[in-house]
Amino acid sequence: MEDLLNAFFLMSNFVFVPAIAYGSQLALGAVGVTLVYGILRFSNFAHGDIMAFGTMVVILFTWLFQSYGINLGPLPTAILALPFGIIATAIFLLGSDKFVYKFYREKKAIPVTYLIASVGIMFVLNGIVRFIIGPNDQRFADGERFIIKAKAMKQYLGTAEGVSIKVSQGLTVITAVIVVMALFWFLNKTRTGKSMRAFSDNEDLALLSGISPDKVVSVTWILVAILATIAGTLYGLDKSFKPFTYFMLLLPIFASAIVGGLGNPLGAIAGGFVIAFSEIMITYPYKKFVAYIVPGDWKPDGLVQLLATDYKFAVSFIILVLVLLFKPTGIFAGKSV
Amino acid sequence: MSYLVGDNMTGGYGAADILHGCNIIAEKGEIAVIVGPNGAGKSTAMKAIFGMLNIHTGSILLDGENITSLSPQARVAKGMAFVPQTSNVFPTMSVEENLEMGAFLRRDDISKTMDEVFDLFPILKDKRSQNAGELSGGQRQQVAVGRALMTQPKVLMLDEPTAGVSPIVMDELFDNIIEVARTGITILMVEQNARQALNIADKGYVMVQGRNKFTDTGQVLLNNPEVRKSFLGG
Repeated sequence: MEDLLNAFFLMSNFVFVPAIAYGSQLALGAVGVTLVYGILRFSNFAHGDIMAFGTMVVILFTWLFQSYGINLGPLPTAILALPFGIIATAIFLLGSDKFVYKFYREKKAIPVTYLIASVGIMFVLNGIVRFIIGPNDQRFADGERFIIKAKAMKQYLGTAEGVSIKVSQGLTVITAVIVVMALFWFLNKTRTGKSMRAFSDNEDLALLSGISPDKVVSVTWILVAILATIAGTLYGLDKSFKPFTYFMLLLPIFASAIVGGLGNPLGAIAGGFVIAFSEIMITYPYKKFVAYIVPGDWKPDGLVQLLATDYKFAVSFIILVLVLLFKPTGIFAGKSV
Repeated sequence: MSYLVGDNMTGGYGAADILHGCNIIAEKGEIAVIVGPNGAGKSTAMKAIFGMLNIHTGSILLDGENITSLSPQARVAKGMAFVPQTSNVFPTMSVEENLEMGAFLRRDDISKTMDEVFDLFPILKDKRSQNAGELSGGQRQQVAVGRALMTQPKVLMLDEPTAGVSPIVMDELFDNIIEVARTGITILMVEQNARQALNIADKGYVMVQGRNKFTDTGQVLLNNPEVRKSFLGG
C-alpha cells in the first residue's frame, strides 16, 4: 500500500504537476494561434516570438520595479509588470497589422501569403528581442518558490516520496483558468465577441450584417497580445526566459492547436494538455516508478524511458502527423488544414 | 416613382458584361420575381442592385434616392437586406445568435423584432439555442431569412431561397414570403422554381442573356404561351 502511495506521489511530482502547468502554458499559446487562424485565417508563425517579446517587456518592468524595491511579497513581481508587457505587445501587433497584414487584406491575398509575412514578422521580433535583452537565459522569478515542498510533505506523511508544487505552477494553472473563462465569456456573451465568432464563421455574411472587419481584427490582435504575454510570462516564471526556447515553443503550440482542431478555442485547450502530457510521459524515466509497483527483485536495470528528453519535440511532431493523417479536423471539429 | 429601381443596368464581374441594359422595378410591398434559364444573369442582376458588382452604365434608386455608388454595407444601413443562396447562416452559432448578428447595426431593443421572426417561423423558436449548422436545409433557409429581417429592412432580396429544399418546405417558404410582403416589405427574389414563384409574384421578370425578355404581372406571364413554352416546360 505504501509503495503504491509512493508511486503515485512520484508520478504526481515528476509527471502530473509539471504536465498540468506546461499544458496550461501551451493551451494559452494555442488559443492565441487558433484565434488568429479562425478570424484572420492564417497560421501565425510569429506567435512564439510574440510571447518572447511580451515576456521581455515584462522582465524589463520587473527589473525596474525590483530596483525601486516594489514587490508582491510571496508572489512574483512579474505579475505587476504584466499589464505593461500586454500593452507593449498589443501596440506592436496593431502596428504590424497596420503596416503589414492590412496591405495583404486589402489585396485579398491567399492565406499562404500571410503565413510568409508572419515568418517575416517572426524574424523581426527575433532580432528585436535579442537586440534588447540578449540571447541568454534570464531568470526573473522572485517571491516564494514553493507552495508545497516535497521534503516537508515527506516528513509530515512519513512517505519516501513527496509532491512539490512551485508557486509558478500554481500561478500558471490559476491564471490559465481565469484567462480562459474570461475569454469564453467574452466570445459567447458580449456583442463584440459574438461578432468575432460570426466573422470567423462566415466572413461575407458578417460583412452583410454590418460587422466591421477592422474592429474584429483589432480586437483579435489585442486578445492575442494578452494571451501570448501571459503564456510567455508564466512559462518564463516556471522555467526560464530564453528567446530561442520561445521560438522552439512554436512547434508544441501549433501541434496543440491542430490536435484540438484549428479555429476552435476549446480544442486548443484540450490539445495543449494532450501534447504536454504526451511529451512528459513519453520522456519520463519510469525506473523508480516501476520499482515501487513490482516485487522487489523485478526492479529494472535500465531507465525505462521511452524517449530521451532531447527528443521531446519529436513527440509533438508524431502526434501532429498522426492527427493530420487520421483526423485532420482535430479532436474537436475545427477547420482542416 | 417606384420604390426600388434598377435602371438600364450594364456590367459584370470582370471584363465581359453579363447584364445588358437590364431593368428591374419593384413597388412597395410588392413581390418581384426574376426567372429565366441558367446563365441568364438573374443572380447577377440582383447582386448589381445590392452593389456586389460594378455596373458601368445605369443607376439604382431606392425610394427615389440614387444609391448606385454605395457599398453593400451602406445599402444595408439604408434598409436593404440580402439573403445569399449558399452559406447564408453562421453555422457554429445558435439560431438566436444568428438573429442577433442580423441586428448588429441596431442599437435599440431587438427583442420585439426577434419575436416577430419567431412568429413567422415558429420552428426556430424551439431551436433557438441549437447551432444553425445542425439544422435542416429548410430550417437553415428560415434562419437566413430571419437574420435578414432583423435589420427591419424595407427591401428584402432573396437569391433562390428554395434551392435544395423539399416541395413541402418550398410551399411553406413561399407562404412565409407572402406574409413578409404583407407587412409592407418589398421583396425581390431570383427563383429556379419559376412556376410557383410567378404564382405568388406581383411582378415577374423573365431574363435571357442579361436582357429583359418579358416583364408583366406573374399571372399574365404564367398564361403567356411563349413564356410557358420556353421557360415553364409547356
